[in-house]
Amino acid sequence: MNSTTRGFTGRPRAARPGLPPGQYDAGDDWPVLSAEVTPDLAPADWTFRIGGLVAQARTWDWEQAHALPASAYSGDIHCVTGWSKFGVRFGGVSLDAFLDAAGPLPSATHAVAYAHTGYTTNLPLADLTGGRAWIVWEYGGQPLAPEHGGPARLLVPHLYFWKSAKWIAGLELLDHDEPGFWERNGYHARGNPWQEQRYSGD
Amino acid sequence: MTETATHTQGGFTPPVRFAVPGRIAVSEQVATRWQTATITGIRRETARAATFRLAVPGWAGHLPGQHLQLRLTAADGYVAQRHYSIASAPDDSGHIELTLVHVEGGEVSGWFHTVARVGDRVAVRGPLSGFFAWPGDRPALLIGAGSGVVPLMAMVRHHRARGLSVPLRLLVSARSPGELIYAREFSPETTRVFTRSAPAGVPVGRLAAAHLAPLLAERPPGGWETYVCGSNAFAEHASRLLVAAGQPVDRIRIERFG
Repeated sequence: MNSTTRGFTGRPRAARPGLPPGQYDAGDDWPVLSAEVTPDLAPADWTFRIGGLVAQARTWDWEQAHALPASAYSGDIHCVTGWSKFGVRFGGVSLDAFLDAAGPLPSATHAVAYAHTGYTTNLPLADLTGGRAWIVWEYGGQPLAPEHGGPARLLVPHLYFWKSAKWIAGLELLDHDEPGFWERNGYHARGNPWQEQRYSGD
Repeated sequence: MTETATHTQGGFTPPVRFAVPGRIAVSEQVATRWQTATITGIRRETARAATFRLAVPGWAGHLPGQHLQLRLTAADGYVAQRHYSIASAPDDSGHIELTLVHVEGGEVSGWFHTVARVGDRVAVRGPLSGFFAWPGDRPALLIGAGSGVVPLMAMVRHHRARGLSVPLRLLVSARSPGELIYAREFSPETTRVFTRSAPAGVPVGRLAAAHLAPLLAERPPGGWETYVCGSNAFAEHASRLLVAAGQPVDRIRIERFG
């Protein structure tokens, strides 16, 4: 159903070509929506592991991850709760650099990303490769704040932002899709904002 | 930090168990269908907050703490969608209530506060999400600030309506008594924290460890499940106080209003 709401005009229709359907521009705001306590995680205690269906499971600490070629993302991010944020800049390393070192097996089709808090989210492997995903530790040239996932988070900006797991601890590569935390709570398995895949069934 | 991921029969399990596993199974078929909701009543709560009672004949029911998605549609097809916590208890015969604060410049809350009247129709779908739900099974310590009290009030109302004996405690923080939503409905044992101005004899100040200590000291059987709701700044502050006071992180559920 989508009948007109009496007397509702809404905000001015500023043309925003980069705004997916049903989203609004959050402007300077960057809302925090994590469901758990922000962990007290120092860079020295941070590690990132790729395991599962790979030629060789690998673990990087802070120094080792920073030794990989630097890569930045400049663009937009979209949260399933409705806000989008334009022109953000994250710095870190392309996930391709980590995956190339671990060597995904041909049978690997999906991944579960998991955080140092135990948060999980699932993604098709194809959404994590080809220069579309990063491990990031800088935002706007500054260290990523703890409440936004610092010291380091996953960044998959072409999907709704719950896929970009904060406090990233690892990726487990699988030969099937396995729902993560929000996905088991009714959210969509893939979460493409341009197709408005918010909830399971969308 | 050395970590070993494991595979169990239930699938991949990360090395750290997630702090806040979902409490309930979510009905996907019902939750994702848009339904017509008709405003049947409007109640003022504070100068900036009002409660809107909605008739939703096909409402599948919800648990206290869950939210819904609401949609307004303009004549030219423009759509605005927001997520709102449900204020009412379940068992409300096809009705739900939302308490909305009038956000300055907010296109949806602005419509509710300046245009909406009884008989108007909006679209809703839900209930959504399960991690902040409280089915009434475990002792619960509820801590909310501002409009963050809304989902917690659904829990309090559920507790009353069902006559539950499981311990339930509420701590609310507001800038002033006039801005305290549901002020008349709280029982005497509700802990009230006022950050800008307070009634005579009540200290003004931010939520502190001393407010939480007597509540945590009750130590109900099985321990408290704590539910924290409010702005991110409040949620960060309150959750840090809880952790410092010894509350396990896997018994702290946080709903942050963005």
